[in-house]
Order: sequence, then structure tokens, then C-alpha cells
Amino acid sequence: MSTEQLSARPDGVRRLENVVIRFAGDSGDGMQLTGDRFGAQAAAIGNDVATLPNYPAEIRAPAGTVAGVSSYQLHIADHDITTPGDQPDVLVAMNPAALRANVTELRPGGVIITDTDAFTALGLEKAGYESDPLTDGSLDAYQLHAINLTGFAAAAVADHNLKRKDAARTKNMFALGLVSWMFSQPIEDTAAYLRKRFAAKPDVQAANISALRAGWIYGETTEAFASVYEVKPAPLPAGTYRHMKGNKGIAYGLVAAAHQAAMPLFLGAYPITPASEVLHELSALASFDVRSFQAEDEIAAIGAAIGASFAGMLGVTVTSGPGMALKAEALGLAVIMELPLVVVNVQRGGPSTGLPTKTEQSDLLQALYGRHGEAPLPVIAVRSPADGFAAAVEAARIALTYRTPVILLSDSYIANGSEPWRVPELDELPSLGIDLATEPNGVDAEGNPIFLPYARDPKTLARPLAIPGTPGLTHRIGGLEKADGTGAVSYDPDNHDLMIRTRQAKIDGIDVPPLEVDDPDGPPGSGADVLVVGWGSTWGPIGEACRMVRAQGLKVAQAHLTHIAPLPANVASVLSEYHTVLVPEMNLGQLAGHLRRETLIDTVGYNVTRGMPFRSSELASVITRVIAGIADEDGTGTVDGRALGDVAARLAAKTDAGANKRDATLEAGR
Amino acid sequence: MSEVNEASGAKADEPAGGSARRAPTVADFTTGAEARWCPGCGDHAILSTMRGLLPALGVAPENTVVVSGIGCSSRLPYYLDTYGIHSIHGRAPSFATGISINRPDLSVWVVTGDGDALSIGGNHLIHALRRNVNLKILLFNNHIYGLTKGQHSPTSKVGTVSPSSPHGSLDNPFNPIALALGAGATFVARTLDSDRRHLTATLTAAAAHQGAALVEIRQGCPTFTPIPRQPRGSAAPAPETDNPAAPEQGPIRLSPGLPIVFGTNEQWGVIRDPSTGELAIGHGGDSRVVVHDPGIQNSTYAYALARLAETSLAEPPIGVYRSVTQPSFDQLFQERLATARPGGRGELRSLLTGVDSWEVAAS
Repeated sequence: MSTEQLSARPDGVRRLENVVIRFAGDSGDGMQLTGDRFGAQAAAIGNDVATLPNYPAEIRAPAGTVAGVSSYQLHIADHDITTPGDQPDVLVAMNPAALRANVTELRPGGVIITDTDAFTALGLEKAGYESDPLTDGSLDAYQLHAINLTGFAAAAVADHNLKRKDAARTKNMFALGLVSWMFSQPIEDTAAYLRKRFAAKPDVQAANISALRAGWIYGETTEAFASVYEVKPAPLPAGTYRHMKGNKGIAYGLVAAAHQAAMPLFLGAYPITPASEVLHELSALASFDVRSFQAEDEIAAIGAAIGASFAGMLGVTVTSGPGMALKAEALGLAVIMELPLVVVNVQRGGPSTGLPTKTEQSDLLQALYGRHGEAPLPVIAVRSPADGFAAAVEAARIALTYRTPVILLSDSYIANGSEPWRVPELDELPSLGIDLATEPNGVDAEGNPIFLPYARDPKTLARPLAIPGTPGLTHRIGGLEKADGTGAVSYDPDNHDLMIRTRQAKIDGIDVPPLEVDDPDGPPGSGADVLVVGWGSTWGPIGEACRMVRAQGLKVAQAHLTHIAPLPANVASVLSEYHTVLVPEMNLGQLAGHLRRETLIDTVGYNVTRGMPFRSSELASVITRVIAGIADEDGTGTVDGRALGDVAARLAAKTDAGANKRDATLEAGR
Repeated sequence: MSEVNEASGAKADEPAGGSARRAPTVADFTTGAEARWCPGCGDHAILSTMRGLLPALGVAPENTVVVSGIGCSSRLPYYLDTYGIHSIHGRAPSFATGISINRPDLSVWVVTGDGDALSIGGNHLIHALRRNVNLKILLFNNHIYGLTKGQHSPTSKVGTVSPSSPHGSLDNPFNPIALALGAGATFVARTLDSDRRHLTATLTAAAAHQGAALVEIRQGCPTFTPIPRQPRGSAAPAPETDNPAAPEQGPIRLSPGLPIVFGTNEQWGVIRDPSTGELAIGHGGDSRVVVHDPGIQNSTYAYALARLAETSLAEPPIGVYRSVTQPSFDQLFQERLATARPGGRGELRSLLTGVDSWEVAAS
């Protein structure tokens, strides 16, 4: 919302290209709902929207403290955006703690809306303020709107027969109404939503709607705000859109995959943050023949899913890192039994309980290698909330086609973030039906027809599946090594070697699409010198950062991996076309190590594990450094994003020497 | 994939095979694999009993699934020509749950041992029992880890000398019957591998039960815990007709509707103290001798019976301790699905579109 983006219109409405708004309050203040509704309103008028909820690990941290602050950030724009924005332009802070926890991230000159009712002596003390920031001048750099949100909300709902405490709780809807007015958003959809949500509590329903309207009218009536803003619709491909969260997208993708496979979907799961929402979503979809089972532990959850797969369901289990550790042995069993299975890991900060509500990408090596024995399996990653659906369908496709467990990696940022998602037509979805065995496929030594559960499709190396209930095809599978073909228990050394190589070859041979490079300056080898490679949820920030870098007139290419095991066949050839490959990850270089192992290409890492997604501006400065040849100066193979150095001078020197040439500076930088 | 007809288990596009086909025989349930247990192991007898029993149950081999964990007992699925999974240590009930609740047309059996079910897999066992999943769980209890060379197990008596307890084990054993009752199991029975007739009758009763059935099959291990359990080399003691705990009095055989009397001349009986309700050993002719009733919903009686042996008898009572009717988890799970989809599969596109979608027109 910088001034150059503003263009005053005759009607007093100022048009913005994009704006970042953060709602922050106590955990009990309803900020997640408020943010979610604002995003839905923005999406409904055609803005592109990206969101970032942030909440404490405790269900109810002490009220009024900084530890108990919950927030919800939205980035809305009239163009395609992929991140929830770096710095808020507008901060709605419902109490002193919310202000204290968030104000340092607000853009200088940004707008603050606070609830004066919460700025009591006790409230200030709990937040750790020694003087009242609303009056002590410490917020002079911002546009401060201190409003008695609670008082106005309570007055607006005075007729609704609510207890005093419940009346005060409508302050979030008052705030939403006010901010909606400020950004020219209709509130009718939210009113309809409130009618539905509180259908069973007419008083609460009516009070929330009254508070919402009162907030809007307050904005319109008072002249507290100098400007009203408007963000125009973003140009999106034609189609039907909806607001989609990552966890919900994964759940819906799994349902669609089962539909396309004409199989019932079975979910075995044990509650764990931040994956439980997938369990919740699927538990509500029994009408789609989704069979959801809350198991006694993580091991039973995957066990039941494997049993269901054996019985002819599309077996799925969802969890987060600690749960993945518990499932490792059963995953090995699914590998040797060669059954279809989708395992979703919504990653969070680790190790151990770590940061359960924060995001991280540190389970990649666990997914790739975290089993005993030679136990290869495909690993694919979700890149954004709107990508959850397609990634889940792809995971199911691979699992069913190749009769293998597949790990689908998401993370907390994707799980809780949301974006507009184009709803696919059903005929756009792949057909995932598989042919179950119904007849013997071999003969025994006497020439009698028998079923060979470990015979293989010559193209995919997949084994045939015969489910219980199929006459004549009874067979036993299990964890002991299988004889090639018959599947009988075999301790034969040559057979074990053959089976290990065959299982590996099956995974290596999985059909995955080639890695695509986004570089407006030309194809690999003739465009940029620097390629930024990522996986998972860094897609948005990397893409945004690349656009920022290109806006400075510099060249940079981006490629993002969905398939991490096996890697697309062209990865080595693509990477080798670039002078420098930068791999930003929210871990200490797990993909970088994997790429080095698989391609023998050294990359430069940018690695941060703060539990928060990368900021685009931070990545843009890192990319700029790498383009300037200031990379890996300490020989660790990573960029230090904190010490920016003399980037401008180095860039100027490079330009003098002939921009984008593979000069000595860059060579030294590798 | 063709739709599975859940009532019959037959493919929807095939004629129902059951009536036209001949009745299955022992041979239909026998694989060509050679059973690899030690000579004299009771597992051979249990396998033989299962092969004889399964054809009589009227369930086709293809509609029978046997799931096991790890250990000597868990090799059994390889020798039965049904569908089967030889899974991982302790987890068989979880795999079996995933099969059973989704496929009510299948008869699902779990084969496990004392280490598999009660140590590494204790959690899955108690949860399968409390949910009342329609599983027939055969717990081969030989009081020792056989496959890993004789370590003491969670059912070994205190003081068991084994490679991992050379000075005698310190930990109290589980009583599998008491544990199952504590978990709310609806069918709990104990039998012996050495008594084919009792074994057959007990497994038949378990198979007929709707819900989770736990059958403890007591056995010795010919290699590590041979029967008789007296120290080797000691002289056989003289018969003791005046001691109910003497081995030759035999185990109490529980029969529904009959008084619980035992001994070479039925001279002993289980009596209930009317003031405390507790069970004790008394004389067979006592008017207070308890008439066995496994159908009592309250499991207090069955629990008292399970605990009786620990202090008063050489061998615990065998037979059905508890058999009560409660809805199985499988049944409830299927009913929930059936009520949620009265009109068949919901309309996917409308789910995906949701209630707050919007249209973007082509520009």
C-alpha cells in the first residue's frame, strides 16, 4: 500500500494494487474467524488472496499476554500473488498484547486499529507496557485509529438479550465490519455465513450480524478514516473459484482420487497438529463413501490403512513428523507388500514436539530415507494451499498405478493458509481405476493355474492386486522377503538381491513430468545465470522474490519440484545449464543434499528455520546477492542472508565487466 | 475396480458362487508350505484344528483372512490357504481392523502370541477388544519368546530363568483373561493346545460370536518351556487327592449352566462367599457352588474367576469366561456409512464447489 500505488478517484475511493492486513488479538477473540471471513469476502469480489494464520500452541494461553496472541494475515491483490505478504499495511490489534506482538512488523506509516476498551492498566501490564502506547507517542510513525470497539459492539447488540460477556465478544464482528467498509467489501456473504453458523443460537446470530453491520456503518458515518480503499479483481483464468485451505484441499483431492478410482476411501488417523484438520474434513464426508477411523495411535492408524488397502480400499493415513517416525516400520511393510497407500505428512517444526504450530520443511530426508532396509518410495510435495488438491490426486495416482506407499509432504504454512482455487470439472481429473486380478496369472510345476502375486507388469513393474473375496486367488503376503513371482517366503540370497533391485527399479521408473523452468529471459542456458530451485511451500515466496528481482532489471530463473523421489529425469540437465543454483529451504539443506547425491551438482543453500515462511523481500535480497556473485564466501555452501554486504557495488562491478557473464567473481562464489 | 457386493463378497458382475460350489474341505484350506515349527510344538495341533474347523464354518477360503504379527505363532497364515497378512510385531489387530470394518463379508482372524499381543502389541489388543471389532483373536500363550531364543515374556511367572533373566525374572505376568475382561472384551475364553476337542469347541464358539473374541490357547514350548513344568529330574510326586491345587486334579472346565466342580472325583467346587461376593475353592457338594454363566453382562464374576487360579490352583480354568452380545464396531461402522449415503455417493462436483464459490468470466 505504498503511496505510488495509490490513485485518488473522484469518488474518494483510492485504488490499491494490493494490501496486507493482519488481524491480531487474544486467542479467544475470534481472530481466525475474522481473518477467514475477510479473505472469503475479498475472494468473492475477485481479489487474489493468500493468508497466513498464526496461533499459539496452547489452546488457551493466559488471556491478555503476548504468549496468547493469535493472528491472521491476509494479502489481497488485483493481480496473481503467491504469498501472504511480508509486512502488514494494516494492523487490527484487539488488545495491548496483540499490538506489542505485531507492531514491529507493521510497515512504517501503516494503519493501526485498536480497541481502547482493552487498554486498561491491567491490560497494559499483562502485555508488558510501562506506559500507554496509544498516548505516549510511540506509535507516531503510524496512522493510529484507537476506537472503543468493545463498547460500540456492546451498544449495537444491547437489544439482543445477551450476557455482558457475550455481547463484548461480538467486537470481532464489529472490527470486521469496519475494515470491510474501509476496503469497500460487501458484508452480505458474511452475514449469510453467520446466519448459518449460529442457526441454533438465534440471539448470538442476530447479535453478530448487528455488530458486523454496526462496524460497517460506523466507518461510513464517522470521518475517522481519510480514505476508503478498493482492490480491484485480479485477472484469473475463467472458471469457478473458491477459497481453499491446504488441509481441506488435500482432503478433497483424496476424495476425488477415490472417486476417480471407483474405490472407497479409507482414512486411518490419530490426532496431531497440524494434520488433524484433514481427519476432520474427511470424517464429515461419509456420504462420499469416505471411511474415517480414529485409531488408538499412529501405528494403528497406518496399520488400519494398509489393511484397508489389502481389502480393496484406497488406504490413506495423515500425520505430522512425530507420527511419521512411529509409522516407519509399517511403511516398510507397505513397501515390501507393494500395496497402494497415501501417507500425508503435514510438517511442523522439529525435532520431537518442536514447534507444533509452526512451519518447517525438515522431514524431507525422513521421507526419503527414514526406513530400515532398502525401502524406496515416491515422495511428492504440495507447493501451495490451492495445490493440495492436485498433489493429493497425483499421490493417489502413483500409489494405485505402481502399488506402492507414497509420501505426500505438506507443511503447517500450507495447511492453514488459503488461496483462491479453481474448482476443476470432473472430466479434467485423471481416471485412476485399476484392474484388480480376477483370474490366475500363472501355472505351477504341474501346469495347474495359480495366482502369482509378485508377477509384474513389464512396463510399470507393478504387481497384480487380488482382494479378499476373489475366488481362486487366495494368497498370503507379509514382511518376510518374497520369492519373485510366487510371493512365497524366500531366504534365497540371489532372490533377495533381485527383489531389492526390482523394488528400487519400480520406484525409479515412475512416470513423472519434467521439471519446468520459469525464466522470462529464455530457456535454460540462454537466459539467467542463476536458477532458484525449491520444493513445497517455498514456491510462493520464491516466485514473488523472483518477480521482485526481475523488476530490478536482473535475470533469475525459478524451478520448483513437486516430485522429489523419483526426481524428474531432466533435473541434472536443467541444473547443469546454470552457473549457480540457489536452493532456499526451511531446513539446513535437505533438498540440496539430495540433489547433490542424485545429480552430483553442488548448489548454494539459503537455510532458515524460524518456524515462519520466508519473506519474499528477504529471498529477493538473497537472490540479488547470488547474482552479484556474493555467495558461499565462507565456503559452507550457503548464503548468509543476514549480512547483506556491498551488493550494489558488486552488481555495478559485474555490469562493468559485462552483465550475466560467467566471470571470475561468480566462479569464486561457488 | 468392480464394485464389491458386501453382502456376499462376490463380484457384482459374477454369479454368486457359494451355492453352486461344493462345500470346502480341509484340503481347500491347506497350502503347500511345510509348517516349520519345532517337533512337538502345539502350534502344529492348532493348525490342524484350524484346518479341520474352517470348512465346517461355512465360510469360503477366499472370504477368510488370517492376519498375524511376529513370532512362532504368527507363521500360521502361511499354512492356511486363505487370504492372509504376516505383518509386523504386535500390530496384527490394527491391520485386521482395517480389513474387517470395511468388509463385513469377510471372516477375519488374528493369530498372535504372548509377546506379540501382550507386550509390543498390548495397545492394539486392548483397543480392538474395547471397540468390539469383529475379530477372532487366537493368543498362543507359551509364556516365552520362542523365535528369539527363549527370553521371558509378559506371561512368564516371576522368577523365570531365561537368557535375559539369568537370575530369574522380576516382573509380574499378565493374566490374559483378566486383561481382556478389563478391556471390555465381549467374548473371552481359554483353552489348551493339547485338548483338540476343547480347542475345537472353543474356537467354534469364538467364530460364532459377533464382535471381538479373545481365545487364549495355553501351551508349552517344547524347546524352552516344556510340559510338564516340574524341574527336570525331580521325582513325580504322589497323587494328592486332598489338594485342589495338585496338577492331577486337572484344570477346571467351565460349562455354561453347570456347577463349577472339578477334581478326580469332582470333590472340589468354586463357591461364592455370599457376604463378599468373592470366589473361592470349596467342596464339590457345597450348596454355594457357582453355576457357570458366561452371559452375565457385568464382567465382575468372569474377572473373579480369571483371578481365582493365580493363588488357588495349579492351572487356570478353561472354557468360555464371558460371552455377551453387544453391537460390533464393524456393524456400527457400516450402519454409519449406510445412513450417511442414503442416495448413494454424493455429488462430487457440488462438494468441490462448496457454498461460497464465485465465477470468473473469460476476459
